[in-house]
Amino acid sequence: MSQRQRNWEALSFQIVMTVVAVLALILIVSPSLVVVIVSFTSGFSLKFPPPGYSTRWYVELWNAWQLQFAARNSLVVALWSTGLSIMLGVAAALAISRSKTLTAKLLDSLFMSPLVLPALAFGLAALMFFSLIGLPVSLLTLVIGHTIVCVPYVVRNTVAALAQLEPTLLESSAILGASRLYTFRRIVLPLIRPGIISGAFIAFMSSFDNVPVSLFLRDAATDMLPIRMWQDLEGKLDVTIAALSSVLIIATVALMAIMERTTGLSKRLTG
Amino acid sequence: MKSATTAPGDVTSFSLGLALPLGLVFAIFFVLPLAQLLFLSLHNDTAATVWGLGQYVKFLTDPFSLAVLGSTLLLGAEVTLACLVLGYPIAWLYQRSGSRVQTLIIMIVLLPLLTSVVVRTFAWIVILGRQGIINSVLQSLGLIGTPLRMIYTQGGLVAALAQVQMPLMVLPLITAIGRIDPNLSDASASLGAGSWRTFVKVMLPLSMPGIIAGCTLTYAAAITAFITQSLVGGGQMLFMPMYLYQQASTLQNWPFAAAISIIFLFAVLAIVALFSTLGRRARGYGDAR
Repeated sequence: MSQRQRNWEALSFQIVMTVVAVLALILIVSPSLVVVIVSFTSGFSLKFPPPGYSTRWYVELWNAWQLQFAARNSLVVALWSTGLSIMLGVAAALAISRSKTLTAKLLDSLFMSPLVLPALAFGLAALMFFSLIGLPVSLLTLVIGHTIVCVPYVVRNTVAALAQLEPTLLESSAILGASRLYTFRRIVLPLIRPGIISGAFIAFMSSFDNVPVSLFLRDAATDMLPIRMWQDLEGKLDVTIAALSSVLIIATVALMAIMERTTGLSKRLTG
Repeated sequence: MKSATTAPGDVTSFSLGLALPLGLVFAIFFVLPLAQLLFLSLHNDTAATVWGLGQYVKFLTDPFSLAVLGSTLLLGAEVTLACLVLGYPIAWLYQRSGSRVQTLIIMIVLLPLLTSVVVRTFAWIVILGRQGIINSVLQSLGLIGTPLRMIYTQGGLVAALAQVQMPLMVLPLITAIGRIDPNLSDASASLGAGSWRTFVKVMLPLSMPGIIAGCTLTYAAAITAFITQSLVGGGQMLFMPMYLYQQASTLQNWPFAAAISIIFLFAVLAIVALFSTLGRRARGYGDAR
């Protein structure tokens, strides 16, 4: 192959890959941008571009008590299940990450399985189980269900952080006379904290947004935000939902920026 | 402060007993419910008194149910392929960029993963709808007279799902491509291979673990994506999650819904197992080169 031919080939490869990548990135971002723009429409429909701009739908949001009620429930459930996920998940991650036994491997697959199994099947199973043991649908059943599907994120991120922890640090701490608990508090915990936090962040987001489990474990008294929004959208295309969506998008971007600053989220998820 | 009484090797590991609380929670609230689901699916009547494989026979001999299963599996394949074709260049670009651009790319890729599923689906309705962006642009350019029907079509659904599931493909790919020794590409080039040849013969095989991991995650996520399927797919297309939900919630036919769940669950597991077998093969292939 001549040099010219090769240069041309290298160039064509780079151009094709870069163009596809940039197009794909635009494809990923544009839907979110569209929602934010459309939410400022002065009209009654989701026409794009909007006929004019106003903040009327945000004012409307202020009075949408059903959505606010659902949002509060979602927040309460997400906070509780994230808290439980951290407590149970970090302990479990400590136990399985440095053990090479078969039990540890099996437990690891068990704790990860909610990520692959269809959550809707689990939601149905949980509903049938709770009705069998006589536990009525409530915020409690939602917290339990959400914890099961959110805990894998905490376990996975904590295990990843522990894998990067130098065992020699633990040994030196012990040699210098520190107790196991002291070593844990002063050496292990500070070093794995960013991993725990980013796992907890993803667990929180996925609980706040959970549909398949909430679908079965909620009723009118425990309405959850994503389900309320879904049901509203099935009936009509409500511009209030666009305003709410754009509030959620902006909140998410802000949280992501904070997470990136404090835990290096992007490095953690690609490392 | 107490001095360590355990052997030096011990201090680097933690007691397996720490997994006990989560293990118990999983045993009671995860394994038991799924076992009960299986138990219920093995009954022919709604009251769960007559044992039998009736529900499974009903599903597997019903052309309608089989068509739902088939179109769900096909949908997953289409979305996975779209994610791979669009996601690989993103991961490739990431590895060639400076750290600022890298962070930007990751943030863009993560955005759909972290925004609410209803929100991102809703965005697609705004884009694909009758009065949506694509139709407005095409109409104002005079390319079409009447609005195209894009929402409630398979193509629209695949586009929406691909955007939503993209992070699940890109993140493992970035990790896998990052682990490839750059010297290998240089070696391939100095031995006379062009960029495309190096890509096909060196990069693709070596990034196979990432491809497999990404495909497994996107496939599983795409076929279980209840909200996107129902809002962008509309009433015309029925997929397994909605089928399951209708049988359980609207028709209250729990044993049949349980059987659908189990069949769906095994379909997902079979796909995951297939991918991981391919993954093991691919690793062998990668090592051999």
